Amino acid sequence: MAEIVAANRRTVLARIAAAAGAFALAGCTDLSQDPWVLGILGEVENLTRRAQRLFAGGHALAPEYAKADIAPVFRANGTLNPNTNDYNVHAANGFKDWVIEVNGLVEKPLKISMAQLRAMPSRTQITRHDCVEGWSCIGEWTGTPLQLILAMARPTAESRYVVFYCADPMGEASLDAHGNIVQPPYYYESLDLLEATHPQTILAYKLNGQTLPIEHGAPVRLRAERQLGYKMPKYVQRIELVSEFNRIGSGKGGYWEDQGYQWFGGI
Amino acid sequence: MSDAGEAVTQGNLGETLQSLWDRLTNRARAAIGLAPRGPRKPTYLFYRHTIPVRALHWLNAIIMLVMLMSGLQIFNAHPALYWGNGSDFDHPFVSLAAEGTQDNFHGVTMIGSWKLDTDGWLGASDDNGVKSVRGFPEWATLPAASPNLALGRLWHFAFAWLLVVNGLAYFAYVFASGHFKVELLPTKKDFSHLGQEILDHARLRFAKGDAARHYNGIQRMTYFVVIFVLGPLIVLTGLTMSPTMDSAFPFLPWLFGGRQSARTIHFLCAFSFLAFFVIHIVMVVLSGTWNNLRSMITGRYAIEMEKPDG
Repeated sequence: MAEIVAANRRTVLARIAAAAGAFALAGCTDLSQDPWVLGILGEVENLTRRAQRLFAGGHALAPEYAKADIAPVFRANGTLNPNTNDYNVHAANGFKDWVIEVNGLVEKPLKISMAQLRAMPSRTQITRHDCVEGWSCIGEWTGTPLQLILAMARPTAESRYVVFYCADPMGEASLDAHGNIVQPPYYYESLDLLEATHPQTILAYKLNGQTLPIEHGAPVRLRAERQLGYKMPKYVQRIELVSEFNRIGSGKGGYWEDQGYQWFGGI
Repeated sequence: MSDAGEAVTQGNLGETLQSLWDRLTNRARAAIGLAPRGPRKPTYLFYRHTIPVRALHWLNAIIMLVMLMSGLQIFNAHPALYWGNGSDFDHPFVSLAAEGTQDNFHGVTMIGSWKLDTDGWLGASDDNGVKSVRGFPEWATLPAASPNLALGRLWHFAFAWLLVVNGLAYFAYVFASGHFKVELLPTKKDFSHLGQEILDHARLRFAKGDAARHYNGIQRMTYFVVIFVLGPLIVLTGLTMSPTMDSAFPFLPWLFGGRQSARTIHFLCAFSFLAFFVIHIVMVVLSGTWNNLRSMITGRYAIEMEKPDG
């Protein structure tokens, strides 16, 4: 009799433990969907950004490496080829007609051809690319410091952020409920002026001494060496100076930010 | 608050709870065929853990659990470990992967060139009822569904702040109160008696009487390493993975032999914490679950009297 009671008790205890475990897991996952919890977790990002900026300031340089450290194959991630009609025409033409527009809150909007970009003073840096997924790759990048281009365009006093618009669509076109074609969003990103004018922030057109390959963002991609990979858009077509980015895309400052990633990509 | 070390008489509530606990554990012992334990020897209650220690202990337990589970979610985004600054993708020294076709795959764990079938646990397991390619299984990650790197990062970086604040509060307390020197810093005697202590632990002989008022040598060494070596190490290797922190403190990646090495050490630290946690729980159970649990809740730890009370 006592044994049966004990056995029942054990069954009940096991059930309670299993239920508690399931509840705890479900609870945490539910919490992750609660806007209030997400709001608090998101606020912490500002704390992290302020703290990191306190230590790194405006000009602390990301570590640079020796030629011997360069990875034999630099891993390509994200879009490997935009493969749109427009892009394919540019690619077939060696990107001779590719133009980077600089506009928005600037005194002097610009249109810069690839030839003009290559004629400007350049910086070459061997740096470590850190992906948000956790891996790293070392490569040598050559490009035009973004601060030179911004100095030519002269951002107005209201400008706060630099937004980069890219040529790669993120996904396929689809049909909505009314049968209308919905175009996928194009990749975009943003940096604040402090990160945009950092000496290692360049518009890169060479990787390891060679013309930038398509899988790495030809003809030009951003390098912001104190940030994670998703903050360095490829296939850059337009650079816009803005005071806020809440009306661009879904308003979070970048394609991946719109999917829930942090805007501050320094960690 | 009474002074640490003061003997306190057992209250009625404590006695009631204890006898309830004894009846429960004796039922459990009977169920698995063990003889019931005899009546308890006379004890006195010793005020072992102060309020700051107890509060910070339980906060730390919650924080570490969230850190571990969200960390495993982050790890699932690229479940492989490397040494150096860059990733040598063809030669990770540990990786969790899936093998086979898209419709029929199973999870494997690679350690160097050594392959283990870990299907259902590591490499591939059920995600919301559907077999999926994922490093760690859903019961181990926060949030459960994978991949969800963005949310894993939000939890991890928010609780990292709590971990550091909680840790610093604890450091400040143990140094200011003298707890560090009296209870945590291993002594010369601890090292010279280590052999005997290991034997005692292996035989599950725990300190009795006045000796039970203090941590033993193995406890001091373990707590010292876990709190003052593993703790700072896991925080520093975590910071080393941040490119902005590497620009502020370039010695960080240098110190750990590169960002990928730092990531690997971070992971090893996390699993050392997990191993500590498992052993910690086992020791709590073996040396008296209720007594230990009570001492970390109310602060009171029962010590058997060496001679019958006069």
